[in-house]
Amino acid sequence: MFGTHYRIERKSVVLAVAIMIVASIGGLIEIAPLFTIDETVETDPNMRVYTPLELAGRNIYMREGCYACHSQMIRTLRDEVERYGPYSLAVESKYDHPMLWGSKRTGPDLARVGGKYSDQWHTAHLTNPRDVVPESIMPRYSFLRAAPLQTAHLADDLRALRRVGVPYTDEMIANATADAAAQASPDDDTAGLVKRYGDATQVRTFDGDKDTVTEMDALVAYLQILGKLSSAAHTPPPVQTAQK
Amino acid sequence: MVSGLTVNERQRALVVLALLAIVGMAMAAFGAMRGDLLQVHGFVVLLFSLVVLAPVLKGYFAPEPPAERLHDYYDDPIKVGIILSMIWAVFGMGVGDWVAWLLAFPDMTFDAAWSSFGRLRPVHTTGVIFGFGGSALIATSFHVMQRTSRARLADQFSPWFVLIGYQLFCILAVSGYLIGITQSKEYAEPEWYADIWLVVVWVVYLLLYLRTLARRKEPHIYVANWYYLAFILVVAILHIVNNLAVPASFAGVKSYSAFSGVQDAMTQWWYGHNAVAFFLTAGFLGMLYYYLPKRAERPIYSYRMSIVGFWGITFFYMWAGSHHLHYTALPDWVQTLGMTFSLMLLIPSWIAAGNALATLNGAWHRVRDDAALRFMMMAAIFYGLSTFEGSFMAIRPVNALSHYTDWTVAHVHAGVLGWDALITFGAFYALVPWLWKRERMYSPVLVEVHFWLALAGTLIYVFAMWNSGIIQGLMWRTYNDSGTLTYSFLDTMIAMHPYYIARAIGGLLFLTGTLIACYNIWMTIRRPAPRAAPAGDTPLPQPGAPLPANPQPAE
Repeated sequence: MFGTHYRIERKSVVLAVAIMIVASIGGLIEIAPLFTIDETVETDPNMRVYTPLELAGRNIYMREGCYACHSQMIRTLRDEVERYGPYSLAVESKYDHPMLWGSKRTGPDLARVGGKYSDQWHTAHLTNPRDVVPESIMPRYSFLRAAPLQTAHLADDLRALRRVGVPYTDEMIANATADAAAQASPDDDTAGLVKRYGDATQVRTFDGDKDTVTEMDALVAYLQILGKLSSAAHTPPPVQTAQK
Repeated sequence: MVSGLTVNERQRALVVLALLAIVGMAMAAFGAMRGDLLQVHGFVVLLFSLVVLAPVLKGYFAPEPPAERLHDYYDDPIKVGIILSMIWAVFGMGVGDWVAWLLAFPDMTFDAAWSSFGRLRPVHTTGVIFGFGGSALIATSFHVMQRTSRARLADQFSPWFVLIGYQLFCILAVSGYLIGITQSKEYAEPEWYADIWLVVVWVVYLLLYLRTLARRKEPHIYVANWYYLAFILVVAILHIVNNLAVPASFAGVKSYSAFSGVQDAMTQWWYGHNAVAFFLTAGFLGMLYYYLPKRAERPIYSYRMSIVGFWGITFFYMWAGSHHLHYTALPDWVQTLGMTFSLMLLIPSWIAAGNALATLNGAWHRVRDDAALRFMMMAAIFYGLSTFEGSFMAIRPVNALSHYTDWTVAHVHAGVLGWDALITFGAFYALVPWLWKRERMYSPVLVEVHFWLALAGTLIYVFAMWNSGIIQGLMWRTYNDSGTLTYSFLDTMIAMHPYYIARAIGGLLFLTGTLIACYNIWMTIRRPAPRAAPAGDTPLPQPGAPLPANPQPAE
């Protein structure tokens, strides 16, 4: 064994190829089957996609680095299920490119925060967290309220997501910009939006100001949909998952 | 510096910089048409190429360098790399300590988007890992590959391309987070165009490494080079696979990951854990395997342990990433594999650490007297401790407690402060006098002061985060007599406050040590050079002269 190595270490290209082969094995065996084994992701025929406004909010969530302090992955542990709700299923982040499971809970998990607080609470909390939670150490995001949401190119975002596997229809892509505005303007014609994204679509003035669609509208719309794209976790299919 | 390049190489530099400026202008124009942040990065690229252009133009008309330069090593890029690395260290650690204070006092910041914790945190991680660590790895790899091969770098242009091109990647990354450009994958936040640029830089780096090895006058490739080679090759694989994405538009910054949900999570942590393995471990083990024996003037303890350690690390690490996803929606079988291989990983890790420490047998008096060597010894100890802790935390029930808490933060910082930063400082304290041909560092006393500040800072940091992490983990799962959860999430946050202050103080001590190192290095460089080159660094064998005795522990 060491004699072979004594020869290998005299040839740089052999050494380089050996490194690549040895290092590739683990990843291949662990990652490739995740795409081919059907049980990896549960099926949910009623799974919704993000509306353009929610998608824009998700992009703001990523832009501000929220994932650095908030997870979106409830583990299969009793205390987590009792604190946050049913444990997260793989299907729930099936359309998340990329996933935002997170790795640290400086703040609480947000996988099921949708509907837990009112829009007014979220808006006040994001504007200055210490106004509603005096001990909070979260940064202020008051600037979101003053920033008009950029919606002009949302169709490009939907199109890119369709290319990586999210089932956005041509109609959804064509109406992306209009749908984003409509979701935050309940007084406008929202029939098309609801028809495209389903009856459960939340149409509200999320930040309390109905004249402009702001980044605050988008972020709150996203937070309010978290955990609500699929109801699979509330009626778990018979999959084997680690229980503590 | 530029006068050391041939006229042909200066022209190549001009062409590359002109191309870069054109790319920058195109990015700015397309970004402006779309109203996208890409225009800001276009101007960053343009400005960068102009800033680098200035010294090239200034030295352009200098006479052609003498041919004798080819009889010596090419050290100019190493010198610049060390200085850049120290600048990144101060910047990255400074931002790190700032955000540490923000967690204790959240309003200690500006009322602006760029200054919130969420945007500054990746500035800290990228600044220290890629800015400080990456620049140090590039600089030391140029030194180690030349000395262990007894050969000059294969050419004079590509080392500059690699070092300076890599700085552009880091600048695009860090400036991007501040203005809101990120793909949100931890430790892989830069967007698609920066990722593509890094691939270009990295390919040139690999070719330079292989071409220099091909010129070597030693029959064997020394173990430090195996690690540097693994660092370059595997980081390339990880970087390319994890960053596969579809841009929303080629005139915009935004892209969407090719993978989603559970597959994306596994790919991300396969990347994330092996960025630790091949960026923060393999590369720095390359440093350890050269500078520690060199400074101790002892051969490596065991050739066989070097081999077993190297291939064990290369093979086992790649399986371990799934331990970041215990009890999640990732299938059980992958979690189990990840845990199993994480435990096995302890064996090659301790073989590598033990090999380094056993090398010091017979040189412990040097460890006592020489703070630079003590930096390296302490790094090997922290490497051993944090790999043990890592394997321990990968055990599923332990992970149930530690995951999502500050225990992870403690573990990471034991590794990066105690291991990566200490070995880098030790290597720099050895390198700076060698490269600038000084007898010793400007002030050995300040090296001592730095050592104790760094050690105290690391220990305060790690103990604070161990405490807060374990306390929070336990509070989250505490039940009262009636069978309900005792503490709200907020209760656990309030309990963290004193530890967050202690952590920020530990970080401040570490940062102070780094500032002292900068002063010491700067004064060493400024001191007038002695007439004769000091001993210590390996000289390049001159043509016709017999090779000196082999100082390498080949067998």
